[in-house]
Amino acid sequence: MQPKDLTPRDQRIDDALDTSGVRHRATFKQEWPLLLLLIFVWGALWQDFSIGNLLFGAILSIIIVNLFPLPPVVLPGRINLWYCLKLFIWFIGQVFAASVHVAWIAVVRGKKARSALIAVPLRTESDLIVMTVGHVLTLIPGSFVVDVDRSSSTLYLHYLDVNSDAEVEKARANIRDIERRLIMAIGSPDEYEAIKAEEGPDFSTRRPSK
Amino acid sequence: MDFFLEIVVAVLLVAGSLMSLIAGIGLITFPDLLSRMHAATKPQVLGFLLLFAGLAIHLRSWILVPVLVLAWGLQLLTAPVSAHMIGRAGYRTKHVAKETLHVDELKRVISTHSEATGNTGAVTRIEGTKADETENS
Repeated sequence: MQPKDLTPRDQRIDDALDTSGVRHRATFKQEWPLLLLLIFVWGALWQDFSIGNLLFGAILSIIIVNLFPLPPVVLPGRINLWYCLKLFIWFIGQVFAASVHVAWIAVVRGKKARSALIAVPLRTESDLIVMTVGHVLTLIPGSFVVDVDRSSSTLYLHYLDVNSDAEVEKARANIRDIERRLIMAIGSPDEYEAIKAEEGPDFSTRRPSK
Repeated sequence: MDFFLEIVVAVLLVAGSLMSLIAGIGLITFPDLLSRMHAATKPQVLGFLLLFAGLAIHLRSWILVPVLVLAWGLQLLTAPVSAHMIGRAGYRTKHVAKETLHVDELKRVISTHSEATGNTGAVTRIEGTKADETENS
């Protein structure tokens, strides 16, 4: 049997890939968001955000993270809070639109609703971004993830209410627009530059073509 | 002011419940498993958000807000995963009504792979998919 090519695609992925059979442990640099989240959960459940309580939560989080280690998440090392905020506001709007869309199809179209299974190859190589794109597109109108091909960053989606090839292409463009927004918010510097080069100088103000 | 807030709470709670109702209607009227997953994931996430917002305003306590945010955040994280797992399992066990699909680009990939390895499970890593894809488009 041909041995699998496990040469890492780049350094960020090398951090998480298990190439030599040795399980990588997450370093503190990779794990601090998880620790913060666990401390937040502790404070929220006790409904008490005093210093002493949070400190005890921190001790518990460190014990839990060491008892039940997770594979390290590769952080992109770049975050743009302004694009994050824009993404979040856009996302909440899309969640509203999704419910209206599903309600419309459920009540009016009913059994006649046709759909499509489409493949969307993404530009990114980061697992984190592929995962986030999958989550976002599941919660916004029309689509959800049926399968993922990790080695080529391809998502296989079920797209609701598609009746022609033109609509399939439009659906693909929508997903790549989500990816563009996410890379602008949390993508690595390389991918951010690539997106900027692809979209031209006025990329941040450009509206997605509907 | 209190009266006004109570009206807001009432509107939010009714709208949130309405979203759950829509999810239920969708589950009945959609033609196949994959379409039904849309009804199961989307409206209830918004319904949850509206119910939580109504609850937070009604109880008028800031300390409750982190709990509600946490609950909604976990909902955002888990709803897509459950839809993905059910959809994926449903597709592989042939519970998908093929006649409702306009195109099926996953079928080719899975059949190519299962010919090569002789099984239909676990195709999360398929070599050469990208080449296939560019050929097609």
